[in-house]
Amino acid sequence: MNKLSRRQIITTGLAATAGVSGLAAAAKLAGQYGLIPPDSGGIYGPGETLTYAAQRILTRHTLAREFSQSQISKEPFANPVDPLGEEFQRFQTSAFVDWRLVVDGMIAHPASFSVAELKSFPARTQVTMIGCEEGWTYIAEWTGVPLSHVLELVGTLPQARYVVYRSIQPEAWDSIDMAEALHPQTLVSYGMNGGELPVPFGGPLRMRVPRQLGYKNVKYINRLTITDNLKQFGKGLGSGALGAEDGYAWYAGI
Amino acid sequence: MAETISPRHSLLVRVTHWLTVLSFLALLVTGVEILISHPRLYWGETGNVNNRPLFTIPIPSSRSSVPTGYGYVLPDQNGWSRYLHFQSAWIVVGTGFLYVVFGFFGGHFRRNLLPARSDLSPKRIGISIVQHLRFERPSAEEAWSYNVLQRLTYLIVIFLFFPLIIWTGLAMSPAFESLAPATVLGGHQSARTIHFFVTGFLVVFLLIHVLMVVLAGFRNRMRAMISGRVTEPQEREV
Repeated sequence: MNKLSRRQIITTGLAATAGVSGLAAAAKLAGQYGLIPPDSGGIYGPGETLTYAAQRILTRHTLAREFSQSQISKEPFANPVDPLGEEFQRFQTSAFVDWRLVVDGMIAHPASFSVAELKSFPARTQVTMIGCEEGWTYIAEWTGVPLSHVLELVGTLPQARYVVYRSIQPEAWDSIDMAEALHPQTLVSYGMNGGELPVPFGGPLRMRVPRQLGYKNVKYINRLTITDNLKQFGKGLGSGALGAEDGYAWYAGI
Repeated sequence: MAETISPRHSLLVRVTHWLTVLSFLALLVTGVEILISHPRLYWGETGNVNNRPLFTIPIPSSRSSVPTGYGYVLPDQNGWSRYLHFQSAWIVVGTGFLYVVFGFFGGHFRRNLLPARSDLSPKRIGISIVQHLRFERPSAEEAWSYNVLQRLTYLIVIFLFFPLIIWTGLAMSPAFESLAPATVLGGHQSARTIHFFVTGFLVVFLLIHVLMVVLAGFRNRMRAMISGRVTEPQEREV
């Protein structure tokens, strides 16, 4: 073996050692700072954990792109949902005056808000893109109350780590971490393109998380639960039968 | 003696080559699965079934909301496909990082991939192209070195196609797009379309690469990339 190849082997060894110890250090830090997603088990766990941890380190405070009014899609596409049922139709007939958003869990003041009450809170309007994991997109103007404002109103406890949101469709529940929940662009949305949020697009209330894919933007939300542990919800994967329990990643920032 | 010659390909090149092969195949299969859920490509920021696509791939879809002309819907494979796509992407990016660092500091790029200045004349490149088009069996010394077309192709794949496919991939990430902007690429849907075409170029590269390996002597070239050995020493003295 000549000198060159020995040097190469040493270089390779050093690089591999650096890689492995880098991974070990990253895993330790990830545990300490809550960078492990709820679906970190199984054969895709390592990749999923790397993705979530890397995004939380690099993109905790970055903003989703906002567009000009002229870029709003003239023909947005509303992904079809399962039939909404009689209960929803009753709400719809009365123009959603009885629709409530219940907030419970690790908060000082459990509350329940009507759509009108949510509309009375400071609103944010933003022109953002919504992208489906399938690949299609549209741009719309969304209006809503920042989720961070709701969390402040109800006195969210410091140990809270996730916000679980539920829909009138029982299978369509999901959750986000506090970084996403407190992000200024995360809205409990009730308006779209200057009008009411149409039912096919999630009206009366839709969780709007522009930094994550469409399936995290759950339609027809009626309950928020603030928690420090996702294990107690469903199968403990952080989202229901339209998300992690159907084999889809809990974190959908990519 | 066979034991004393340095390997045709260094250990790092061999390991990173096969890791890249495995992750590229996983990325390709899962990428196709994800594409099947919306086999329409657009240009600009937005695109959905209400918009006119740049073009449509004439295959059935795994979503009933996509009009394909086929009377059936394929099963949804996006959950595991997305998981495996990103896990493989991490492996290919980590492997690529190791390879590029080694390539620069270990002299691999300078020694093995950078074409000699004398080889870069139009005449020499022309001769090499003609030799390739005639499917000429490479000379024995080529078992120990890359020809000029090979060097240029590898450099394009490593320094153009791989960075571009990583960038366009990240540009599709709603959380990451402010760091890997799609705007410069023409928009979110443009990034997706470029991602598709670069995949196409990489598949063409893969097919020609394997064809060339077969023409040059499959067993020898495979052995060189697996164990590092080429042929018995006496066969080298041609």
